[in-house]
Amino acid sequence: MKRLGLIVNPVAGLGGRVGLKGSDGAQTQTRALMLGAVPRAAARAAEALQALHGVAGDFELITCPGPMGADVARICALDPVVVDSNLRPDRSTHDSRENKDSGTTAGTVSAGFSNLGRTTAADTRRAAQAMRDLGVALLLFAGGDGTARDIAAAIGTNVPTLGIPAGVKMHSAVFTHHPRDAGILAVRALKNDALALRDAEVLDLDEEAYRNGDVAPRLYGYLRVPATPRHIQNRKAPSPATEAAQIDAIAADVVEQMRPDCLYVLGPGTTTRAIAARLGVAKTLVGVDVVQDGALIARDISEAELTRLVGISDARIVVSPIGGQGFLFGRGNQQLSPAVIRAVGLANIVVVATAEKLSTLGGEPLRVDSGDPELDTRLAGHVRIVTGYHERAVYRVM
Amino acid sequence: MNRVEPKPALRRFHQARWDEPILFELSQPGQRGVLPPEVEPALSAAVGDVAGSLPAGIRRDAPPALPEMAQLHVLRHYVRLSQENLGVDFNIDVGQGTCTMKYSPKVNDQIARSHKLAALHPLQDESTVQGILAIIYKLQEMLKAISGMDHVSLQPGAGSAAIWANVSMIRAYHAARGDTARDEVITTIFSHPSNAACAKTAGYKVITLYPDADGYPDLDALKAAVSERTAALLITNPEDTGIFNPRIDEFVNVVHGAGGLCSYDQANANGILGITRARDAGFDLCHFNLHKTFSTPHGCGGPAAGASCVTDALAPFLPRPVVAFDGQSFFLDDDRAQSIGKVRPFYGVAQNILKAYAWIMSLGADGLREVAEIAVLNNNYLMQKVLEIRGASAPYAKGKRRLEQVRYSWEQLSTDTGIHSEEIGYRAADFGTHYWTSHHPYVVPEPMTLEPTESYSQADLDEYAAILRQIAEEAYTQPEIVRTAPHNSTVHKTQPEPFDDPAQWAVTWRAYLRKTGQMKAAGGD
Repeated sequence: MKRLGLIVNPVAGLGGRVGLKGSDGAQTQTRALMLGAVPRAAARAAEALQALHGVAGDFELITCPGPMGADVARICALDPVVVDSNLRPDRSTHDSRENKDSGTTAGTVSAGFSNLGRTTAADTRRAAQAMRDLGVALLLFAGGDGTARDIAAAIGTNVPTLGIPAGVKMHSAVFTHHPRDAGILAVRALKNDALALRDAEVLDLDEEAYRNGDVAPRLYGYLRVPATPRHIQNRKAPSPATEAAQIDAIAADVVEQMRPDCLYVLGPGTTTRAIAARLGVAKTLVGVDVVQDGALIARDISEAELTRLVGISDARIVVSPIGGQGFLFGRGNQQLSPAVIRAVGLANIVVVATAEKLSTLGGEPLRVDSGDPELDTRLAGHVRIVTGYHERAVYRVM
Repeated sequence: MNRVEPKPALRRFHQARWDEPILFELSQPGQRGVLPPEVEPALSAAVGDVAGSLPAGIRRDAPPALPEMAQLHVLRHYVRLSQENLGVDFNIDVGQGTCTMKYSPKVNDQIARSHKLAALHPLQDESTVQGILAIIYKLQEMLKAISGMDHVSLQPGAGSAAIWANVSMIRAYHAARGDTARDEVITTIFSHPSNAACAKTAGYKVITLYPDADGYPDLDALKAAVSERTAALLITNPEDTGIFNPRIDEFVNVVHGAGGLCSYDQANANGILGITRARDAGFDLCHFNLHKTFSTPHGCGGPAAGASCVTDALAPFLPRPVVAFDGQSFFLDDDRAQSIGKVRPFYGVAQNILKAYAWIMSLGADGLREVAEIAVLNNNYLMQKVLEIRGASAPYAKGKRRLEQVRYSWEQLSTDTGIHSEEIGYRAADFGTHYWTSHHPYVVPEPMTLEPTESYSQADLDEYAAILRQIAEEAYTQPEIVRTAPHNSTVHKTQPEPFDDPAQWAVTWRAYLRKTGQMKAAGGD
């Protein structure tokens, strides 16, 4: 019998309706509740679970205790298997991201903030790992970017995963448009052995900066999500196969243009990974790697090392805009520093992106935030983007 | 006396549902629709082995695996399918935006079906087909007046074939000047995708421009894109958003300044007939789809008819032969050394050319302009009604009017209710109307594209808007009705995954058998 995993982050989305732009941290969560915030993650999860009524009995629902899943599963008349009590709050495991919005709680949210036993990102991580070990066909989680980040940190792209949109910040491409879509996709995952999957970006903002009006999404990793973007927010490609084919076509074009002896500095992402794959080398998904004459010469390279390398050789930077905000530089690829970009030369930047990715920008320009305003000004204007084999887009950069 | 109850505001539509198998599944070995008589021995002896001259490579070893059925069963099959359809002749067909669905007068079908045309053979001597040659020639003259261009070819068998012919002429033009470094064609994301596809097929690199914040193609992006490698700009105006680009002549100037040519996609000229002309904006080439603006039926993949229109400078490269008139008679001019050659066997699709000719003749120049004016008026009337519906919007160029169509967005409704544009389409079928979203790429979220041409009455548009309003209301109050639609229609939901997987999709029965491992069992090859 197939297994479906469910993790609910009960505090996700607390800050949104009361204008706090996020729910990271105990203080924010407390303030949100004082301002009258109503926890909505469970309700969002319930909306998703409704779609599973038709297949109840045909699958095993694996979830966490209490408000992290079991409560809502029972409300929805699904009889869950609850993973063990390792998921109890454990203050000793607080990591550096203490009280991130994923900080889950074992208390009952409906009882009010006085009962909100603060927990840690580690709880979400452990739950995700437990579900991976139980071999779930799909892991559903109700939360926001912070929750996605924790799950990506725990299980990476090893388990099919899908986000029920319940957070304030949902920049990651792992959430469905609406909770109901997550339920529909879960049914498909349970019925269909060959559900197409794709790696999708997990992005998060620094909430403090966001509150001050500075939108600065960073790439934190990838999750493996069902490749049916009709129901996935942000990446509305009409056809994932087409997108995969487009990425391959981009790789074919870039590889065809490659010159002997030249260093190719490949930024993060699935598009640049496909370029490496075409050369027969395995690229890190989040790191910056370097290839030369078809061979990998540096993996997950640091900024200092990169500066040294490009200083002594002819080089090109191959980079893809990251996230729905379209940042080319300065988000998730800080290794590509102003010094590196200058040493390579502005004319030697190859930008790659699928047409669908550009479509998700909704007419907004690509952005650069290299940390060097003078360089950003020089990078602004219009850039040619490789969008397929012998296909280009000319697109505005700000 | 009893009165008949008035009809409700929305139709209580219910469509036939026949559970009809595929034609191949209905096949019964040995059944026949027609039994042709044996060939008489004397005739057979006189003609000899008619298949003998065929090369061995194109001769079948075994007969094709065609369905075997009696006439009644064939007829019944297709009549049933016709009842499971939502055709242009029985629904308010404004939901298939970009396709310019309009009424095609039946009298034109009757003329085209007449033996005077149907019995012609393309290999007849020119002197015996002066009538159809005259019609082709006169339609060319009309399209010259409509476009402002100097020459027209009606040889292409479809709109995309006309774009292909235009791209081929662009290539020949540059080659004739020894200008062989031009290997890039520029287009826009909201131009019809056939432009990019034809350029790519012709071997060009394709550069796509994205709209600026107002929804217009980005002129600065064009300036950044042009170079000594620019062969041409292929652009649609108004684009599929229905927004007319008023700076189109500036686009042309930028491309001309770089030595490139400009081709205007007027596949759909329904909003500009008699109002603007491609030539007046400086274009070198343009094309029309006769099945959109000029009322010939949509052939669902053909055969259709396209018109390629060019300036004098491009004329030497027109597809050959060219239908010409020497003052006495009409003839096929095949002596054209620089021609790109044929783009279709013989000369175009004569029936469609005739129907377009008849349609234009019935309207005259003033009538054509009136078509455009009513189409634009209808569209803006419908837009006003749609934008009053909760959850609907018209992205880009906020507050501005559109020409003949609008690409709307249900993004707000979808965010509020979880109902997608596709599902609204399924529900629309419950009220007996067709509805379409958008072709790729889905630049506009949750898109809907409506194009009410001049054919539809105010009552038609009111009914269509009322249907959309009803569905939006349902999405907000009882979304399950929409999500589980259709309820009263034949159509059923499609699973999108196989369409995305080349190993699963099949557009022929043979491919279906092969991909499902049934080929051997079915005795096919």
